[in-house]
Amino acid sequence: MMHTGAKRSLLVAIFIAIAVSFFSAHFNRYYRDVAIDVAISIVLAVSLNLINGHTGQFSLGHAGFMAVGGYIAAKITLVFGVTAVAWAQPFIFLGALIVGGVVAALAGLMVGVPSLRLRGDYLAIVTLGFGEIIRVIFQTSETFGAATGLVAIPKWTTIGWGFGIAAITVYVVGCLVNSTYGRGFLAVHDDEIAAGAMGINPVRYKVTAFVIGAFFAGVAGGLYAHHKTTLAPTGFDFMKSIDIVVMVILGGMGNTAGVIVAAVLLTAVQEPLRALGPLRMVVFALIIIALMMLRPQGLFSFGKKKGAKA
Amino acid sequence: MEILQQLTNGLALGSIYALIALGYTMVYGVLRFINFAHSDVLMLGAYSAFFLAPVAERLFGPQTIAGALFIIVIAAAICAVIGVLIEFLAYRPLRSRPKLTVLITAIGVSLFIEFTCQHKSVFGADTKSFPKLLASRDVAIGGLHFSSNDLIVLVLTAALLAGMWFLVQRTKMGMAIRAVSFNEKAAALMGVNVNRVISYTFAIGSALAAIAGIFYSMRAPGIDPLMGVQPGLRAFIAAVVGGIGNLPGAALGGLLLGVIETVAGGIPGVSNYRDGIAFAILILVLLFRPAGLLGKSMVEKV
Amino acid sequence: MKKATIRFGGLTAVGDLDLQIRERELVGLIGPNGAGKTTAFNLITCVYQPTEGDITFLGRPTSRLRPHHLAKRGIARTFQNIRLFGSMSVFDNVRAAVQVHRSHGIRDALFRMGGFRRGEADVEKQVMELLEIFSLHEQRDENAKSLPYGDQRRLEIVRALATKPKLLLLDEPAAGMNPTEKVELMKLIRFVQEKFSLAVLLVEHDMKVVMGICERIVVLDYGIKIAEGTPAEIRTNPKVIAAYLGKEADDA
Repeated sequence: MMHTGAKRSLLVAIFIAIAVSFFSAHFNRYYRDVAIDVAISIVLAVSLNLINGHTGQFSLGHAGFMAVGGYIAAKITLVFGVTAVAWAQPFIFLGALIVGGVVAALAGLMVGVPSLRLRGDYLAIVTLGFGEIIRVIFQTSETFGAATGLVAIPKWTTIGWGFGIAAITVYVVGCLVNSTYGRGFLAVHDDEIAAGAMGINPVRYKVTAFVIGAFFAGVAGGLYAHHKTTLAPTGFDFMKSIDIVVMVILGGMGNTAGVIVAAVLLTAVQEPLRALGPLRMVVFALIIIALMMLRPQGLFSFGKKKGAKA
Repeated sequence: MEILQQLTNGLALGSIYALIALGYTMVYGVLRFINFAHSDVLMLGAYSAFFLAPVAERLFGPQTIAGALFIIVIAAAICAVIGVLIEFLAYRPLRSRPKLTVLITAIGVSLFIEFTCQHKSVFGADTKSFPKLLASRDVAIGGLHFSSNDLIVLVLTAALLAGMWFLVQRTKMGMAIRAVSFNEKAAALMGVNVNRVISYTFAIGSALAAIAGIFYSMRAPGIDPLMGVQPGLRAFIAAVVGGIGNLPGAALGGLLLGVIETVAGGIPGVSNYRDGIAFAILILVLLFRPAGLLGKSMVEKV
Repeated sequence: MKKATIRFGGLTAVGDLDLQIRERELVGLIGPNGAGKTTAFNLITCVYQPTEGDITFLGRPTSRLRPHHLAKRGIARTFQNIRLFGSMSVFDNVRAAVQVHRSHGIRDALFRMGGFRRGEADVEKQVMELLEIFSLHEQRDENAKSLPYGDQRRLEIVRALATKPKLLLLDEPAAGMNPTEKVELMKLIRFVQEKFSLAVLLVEHDMKVVMGICERIVVLDYGIKIAEGTPAEIRTNPKVIAAYLGKEADDA
């Protein structure tokens, strides 16, 4: 259980992230970029874990929320940020991230609403569909660069921003779930009908999980945009969602610590594995199948829990 | 006239979706999960035809009907075996596990097939042009223009759909399939060999997917290892829109989706959003009729 | 609570059923298989909507509510086929149900001010008190599904009590129990009803259990109420004997 020490840990984590960030100029550029990738993955995986793991609403559309946040945040910086004075830039960046997150949360609300009536695989396919629709919209919209996407986004995402936001995400999801209020997410995950009979409103919890999860995915998208400096609609397809889902499955659904470890591991090996080309995804696929057969509760889950419920 | 032309084009595409959707719906009926790998069986069917075409040409001469039939039958047989193997190796060991576990495994199997096939020692990631199986001629009926291939596809698909209906409604195996869909445990107690029924379902579904894959490739510019994903998704949507587990529903959903997509694709301004239309239809249908157009809604018993 | 009235009617499965439960009363609803007990139960718990007639609780209609509203109004239930939260501990199963009457929400969970800490301590105290009453406190950190069957039944009742109900609905609690366990269960139901001064509706198949503890019994057959009265009256009611007891006696 997370006690009130959580707030202190959060502040310490953010402080360390920013402090490390000051020295990041001395780091090897390659490792610095991988570190930021890792931070973004943590935000994505931990936020998806709230939806898929804790609340048990299997979503395949996380990349869609990420796209919304990324595009909106990048557009804001491109319009307001590039010409702004240096001291104003961090504020514009923060604002862009938050607005991106909020718009993504609205998208999450839209996906959350059908989830009132759908469960299991139906929901999976609807979320997948939402992700695709979002991608199609960006691909068509001239404002967002259509098929080419957005380019020349300022490279503002630092280690401090990345890990600072990762710490906030972990804090928010952790505190939410580890409270009496938060037991509702798990109750909905375990048995919706019983949860309803105990006065827990399953709809409210599911939509909340979608909105909060989507918000952080959106913020992660903003970080990603200001890290890669270019955005293309193809970067947010189904495969990207699968990447995040694999992190959650590998770490163990509903197990925040495990999911963080998985996010770090998978992202760190991502770059070396890229040399393998399509084989990288073959390895991923085999990991998924082997896990489902041998350890459906995830690699880093040691509780008594036996896999997720449909 | 224009709209009639679009309509018939849509029906041709829709009938292909319908064939694929049947496989999804039948598997969902007996096992209650989305077989994500179904779209890859379709792709494997197309590649089987690709490699069988030169053989057919040697045996029967270029672009003959006998050759085309030969290709279709052999490809369907190959894919039936692959479908049964997938079920046996990946899904059967997980039969008693939560549905979500099986669903995730299915995604894993799908990715495995797609990316293994992309490797250069298998098919390679590049697009290959699909061989002409039959010489295509333009047929004009009352001012409408069809390619003869489209007509053949339409007729064959209609025949296959009718055959499926007969198989499920009138044969003993069809009755067993329906029994397992209705209640697996009760069917088993009544002496139905559930494992055999499930294998059989996968075999039929995969054979249909292979045929659909060949038909689809005849209309598409080329084939590649990811070609199954888009028609597969649309066919799945068709199955859900029609009411999953319901065979006429799958056919109806497929035709509907094909027509709407083709017609919308012809409207300027909307055509850019073509890829999103199927999903938009899906979401709308599920919001208003969660069990699909022809499906019956089930309330969970407490 | 003056009087809890539950009325519905006009259904094919359960037709024109008129059923009243008074404050702190232990009522049994019985009937042979397929008599409509479960349907009646599902009507009361808002799983089904009545086609005609209405259901009121404490003078207010409940028939159009969603199940989670019902818990807030003070109606709690257990399930025939035990539905505990399987991934959670014994403690958390009860904790999840305690929150119905708490105003703490997302904001408190996130900002964790003093009020939050007091609230959580309060919840812990409530849950532990309940668990101690039913001597489940030593298993507080065990997984709910790993408990023995009888304890799972008990935990389900504790979880229902955590919502502070005025009316407790028990759906076939004796299902799958052996005679010794049934005796234990009867004691438990009596105890719960007195300790928490509740009204209890017991839907049960087992005649001995119902006869043993209920003050008033309603008998259903083919969806219609065929008798109502004290256990003694029911035992001698010829209609009931014909519909139910006769068959049971023959079996025995």
